[in-house]
Amino acid sequence: MLLQVVSLRKYFGGVKALDDISFAVQSGEILGLIGPNGAGKTTCFNVINGLLPPTSGSIYLEGLPIDGLTPYHRARRGLARTFQNIQLFSGMTVLENVLTGNHLSEPAGVLLAILPLPKIKRAEAQARQQAMEWLSLVGLQGRAEHPADSLAYGEQRRLEIARALAQKPKLLLLDEPAAGLNPRETEDLMILLAKLRQLGLTLLVIEHDMCLVMGLCQRIIVLDQGQVIASGPPADIQRHPRVIEAYLGREDLEVE
Amino acid sequence: MAAYFLHLAILAGIYIILTISLNLIIGYAGQVSLGHAAFYGIGAYTSALVSVYWHFPFPLALTAAVLTTAVCGLALGLPTLRLREDYLAIVTLGFGVIVDMVALNLEITGGPDGIVGIPAPIILGLSFRSQPRYLGLVVLCVLSVLGLTYRLVQSYHGRALRAIRDHEVTAQVMGINTPAYKIAVFTLAAALAGLAGVLYAHYISFINPESFGLHTSILALCMVVLGGMGSLAGSIVGALILSVLPELLRRFHAYQDLLYGALLVGLLIWRPEGIMGRGNMSLKFLQKE
Repeated sequence: MLLQVVSLRKYFGGVKALDDISFAVQSGEILGLIGPNGAGKTTCFNVINGLLPPTSGSIYLEGLPIDGLTPYHRARRGLARTFQNIQLFSGMTVLENVLTGNHLSEPAGVLLAILPLPKIKRAEAQARQQAMEWLSLVGLQGRAEHPADSLAYGEQRRLEIARALAQKPKLLLLDEPAAGLNPRETEDLMILLAKLRQLGLTLLVIEHDMCLVMGLCQRIIVLDQGQVIASGPPADIQRHPRVIEAYLGREDLEVE
Repeated sequence: MAAYFLHLAILAGIYIILTISLNLIIGYAGQVSLGHAAFYGIGAYTSALVSVYWHFPFPLALTAAVLTTAVCGLALGLPTLRLREDYLAIVTLGFGVIVDMVALNLEITGGPDGIVGIPAPIILGLSFRSQPRYLGLVVLCVLSVLGLTYRLVQSYHGRALRAIRDHEVTAQVMGINTPAYKIAVFTLAAALAGLAGVLYAHYISFINPESFGLHTSILALCMVVLGGMGSLAGSIVGALILSVLPELLRRFHAYQDLLYGALLVGLLIWRPEGIMGRGNMSLKFLQKE
């Protein structure tokens, strides 16, 4: 068990954004998290990586609790994520963005890093080479020296994924990677995510594009109004009556 | 005339150090400080006091002053750097005013009269009383500070700082210990401002609170913005322009503030990123697109 979420609750005043949620992510799997707007999916991500404190409940990463840890401590433990509204470092180049993902792997101590030692130069060169590899994985190797905010929307999305990959996370949370992409870009994204699956990465993906979710995920969890209403393989989820109800409304509310 | 140019060059060098230190906070880490002159003043006063009253040799006085300002930077940074930008602006502004008031009212700092008779530096038996030598000392300090900060901003620490500037929450999610970085850069910037203060005090040999008030904080801020936030070359250019310009415009003294204002407004309209932009030490801005 890589990640375990145990009866997680997050209330915003009277709103129960997450209402007793429990689920687990197995190492190496791609787990989809779907649900109608306002179901609590992004809140769930924010609580998992420590941006929001939960009202109650616990989260375990590799069997150890991570409750109360700051987001950067959780990153150190192996969590990475992307954001629904892309959040790149806009004052940096494409390459520098990815290099930032390497922050946790930097070898040098605080003072050593500013000395012109061969060891430091080698580490920097190695980090750059590795960053270029991540960039070519997402197909942006030709844009390395461009300012990050000069990229097209779909490219920014892929850059954000490359930056998260550079953290070498144990678990990568992707928050609506296909949001705002055109069909062509969505196709590129699906190819990229399939590559990540082949690399054996563990992904937890929030997504509205059902075609992408059904094609990519081995298992899907459905949230509605802060609760898990179904979980299982894509084929079961598609037929699940409560899922259909959550997305399409109830059958007995027929239009006269 | 030569003495006058040397005088200008020494002051410009001191301002370059002050501007670089403030640029670390504003341009690299993306935080606000409206009271930076306070650290400049603490450095100047500490060094002046230990030299005049306790007859500390210059290297020891310098070390004491830089350490004191670093501790002050740390003490101000620890509780306040969790604040959002606008609140941080108010806190640093308040800090600047408080330090000014303390210097103005304490007996030991000489109140409005300040401290006189600050000795010229003597390092390893070599006196730096003469202007050319003092300029050499200042240039050496500028180069050291420039080398240190250049290495720092080019290292992964520099990337972490810029990440905090661009997107603090995302930086945290990427594993960057944002509070530690902000406090560290604030402390370092304070120490460097303290160094600038020491150089000023031992050059002029007389200090009073007037040199370290709000207008000096604002002047340093203007130097950073004019040259370019997040550009070391920009800090040099900004500090040079704003320390030499008033001298060139001495004939139009009455209109000086007006010209400053016009200069800044013009800059913000035509080149909001500052003269050197964000290009670090690069001359790319000279090339055509």
